[in-house]
Amino acid sequence: MPQNDTIQDLGLDEYKYHFITEDEPVFRSGRGLNEKVVREISAQKGEPEWMLQSRLKALEIYNAKPMPTWGGDLSKLEEVLDQIYFYVRPQEKMERSWDDVPVNIKETFERLGIPEAEQKVLAGVGAQYESEMVYHSLKKEWDDKGVIFDSIEDGLRNHPELFREYFGKVIPAADNKFSAMNAAVWSGGSFVYIPKGVELDTPLQAYFRVNQEQMGQFERTLIIADEGSKAHYIEGCTAPVYSTESFHSGVIEIIVKPGAHFRYTTIQNWSTNMYNLVTQRAMVHENATMEWLDGNLGSKLTMKYPSCVLVGEGAHGSILSIAYSGDGQHQDTGGKVIHAAPNTTSSIISKSISKGTGRSTYRGLCQVHEGAVNAKSNVECDALLINETSRTDTYPYIEIEEKKSNIGHEATVSKVGDEQLFYLMSRGMSEEEAMALIVRGFIEPIAKLLPLEYAVELNRLIELEMEGSVG
Amino acid sequence: MSDTPILSIRDLTAKVADEDIDILKGVDLDLFKGEIHAIMGPNGSGKSTLTKVLAGHPGYEVTGGTVTFRGEEILEMEPDERSQAGVFLAFQYPVEIPGVSIANFLRTALQARLDEGDELDLFDFQDDLMARMEMLEMDPTFAERPVNDGFSGGEKKRNEILQMAMLRPTLALMDETDSGLDIDALQVVSKGVNRLHEENPELTILIITHYQRLLNYIKPDRVHVMLDGRIVRSGGPEVALALEAGGYEEYRVADAAEAAEAARGS
Repeated sequence: MPQNDTIQDLGLDEYKYHFITEDEPVFRSGRGLNEKVVREISAQKGEPEWMLQSRLKALEIYNAKPMPTWGGDLSKLEEVLDQIYFYVRPQEKMERSWDDVPVNIKETFERLGIPEAEQKVLAGVGAQYESEMVYHSLKKEWDDKGVIFDSIEDGLRNHPELFREYFGKVIPAADNKFSAMNAAVWSGGSFVYIPKGVELDTPLQAYFRVNQEQMGQFERTLIIADEGSKAHYIEGCTAPVYSTESFHSGVIEIIVKPGAHFRYTTIQNWSTNMYNLVTQRAMVHENATMEWLDGNLGSKLTMKYPSCVLVGEGAHGSILSIAYSGDGQHQDTGGKVIHAAPNTTSSIISKSISKGTGRSTYRGLCQVHEGAVNAKSNVECDALLINETSRTDTYPYIEIEEKKSNIGHEATVSKVGDEQLFYLMSRGMSEEEAMALIVRGFIEPIAKLLPLEYAVELNRLIELEMEGSVG
Repeated sequence: MSDTPILSIRDLTAKVADEDIDILKGVDLDLFKGEIHAIMGPNGSGKSTLTKVLAGHPGYEVTGGTVTFRGEEILEMEPDERSQAGVFLAFQYPVEIPGVSIANFLRTALQARLDEGDELDLFDFQDDLMARMEMLEMDPTFAERPVNDGFSGGEKKRNEILQMAMLRPTLALMDETDSGLDIDALQVVSKGVNRLHEENPELTILIITHYQRLLNYIKPDRVHVMLDGRIVRSGGPEVALALEAGGYEEYRVADAAEAAEAARGS
């Protein structure tokens, strides 16, 4: 893995994805959120009546729920929400082949490295541009295996029964204010179904990108891994820099059926004016395994706690999360595991890096219901502080109703030490190179679980972020 | 022997950054190209401090004197600049860098030496690393372990010698490399250092040690005795042998007598 490039070598000394392509959205909703907007979205998508009703009900729930007062600072969020567009649709139709994708959109993808990914036969590239999938390819063998990897809209259109059976079941609209908002205005995202016993070697990948200024993005992803199946879904996000506040609120629901194994990987690098409030949760059945691998960089505030609800005996949930908070950023992240059946096991490993005035919060929940005998859970959170002004907090909530269970929690906070820096510098590395190497070492336990190109990208992003950490 | 020393220390005084009292109280020392010198002295005499000051440790502050390395004044240089100029410090207590493999660490250190835009050839690097590890009788898997993380005392010291072998310094400062080593590890480490010196006879080495023991394996050209921040005696290997027999007592007595004389004289 080429890990020794310096920030200068990589040419990453300015925000890499700060470019805007000029394109005209086909349809754009008015600013703010109201019933009219919701009806317009549903009509534009040509949805069945039940979905419109579901959206409208969610809107009511959204309006009734107060703004959360815990976690990050949401005091200015209302103003932001009044100003944003809740729906933008860039194209009339979903593209099936790369050649059909309009040039300016293609340019954006090229700068994000999508064609390379395609060339490397990274299999099903589902790329989301603004609010909808415009490009989506699926390996033929997957089609043959009966795997569905579609935009969420196509999922609803083409697989209405499957869709309706699972939509909103893991995360109901009423779960929290932002899941309600998403249920009202969702647009874009993926619909995935892995049939019984099907194992996929190459990951399913989706690339998300928000482009329109002040456009909210409300992707909705629904994944069903049927019995004994095995797959890995990767989502990477990046957004250009804008001067005004921006907002992203996704909902990701995953059902992992008995004996299935599913991994969901996200690397998010939102621009630093973004509010990123995401609800992601998996329902994990008997002897099934769910793994969340969650990397959060960028954004102004991220509140995101991937969850595993272990409802079947012998289910296993694993959450690995890494957060990076630079100047003025707050990453309020962690994970939740709910043990609701016997012999369930879980682990949460969380690593955060805070630089400058950045703040990282670990917020985690480990809940063991009565009757979940022999439940085992281990939580480990490590925070690395780069500067004197950096901040970290830890809120591990533990609720145990079953005596016969075993719960462990460990937390460490470390600072980049003068002795470490001197040691590396005495070998010829500059202070900045030394700092970047220490940080890479800190995240290595998580980076090594990523596919190579994502690990490289993560390392590069960290290097970029580490710039100016010295002095 | 060439006429100008490769390292020349003149009246060097230094203290811990936020304290008042000098630990080094006027050190004078010349090392010529290819020489091996040893500095011996009791705990607290300032010998480890000397190596840290030479390598540019930010925890120490130079309060006076000069240090010239290859004709250049180095006290104003950053630790990385000194390293790139050819100074290497083998640490007494090597530092753990969790998650960073030795190979990655060395690659980064070697890449840092190249001009901007130049890329380290990874195949050459790998070949060199394997050859160096073989020379030091190390298992190839060692390169994949995180730097000093969970290492035994012996492994840490061998890792220091491996780094020295890979970075090819002009001047190696070895700060109590023998501490914490059993006799087998001591032999392996000494053998490695000797081979590096045979391979490059111009490699100049300054060894800091408490004990004569190490000097049975690495033969010094000159031995210095350091006491209370000053070099109080210099000579050949016989100085170390005399110390082994008589300890530092005679120097302490001599020092006290000298101090008393100085007091009378003032």
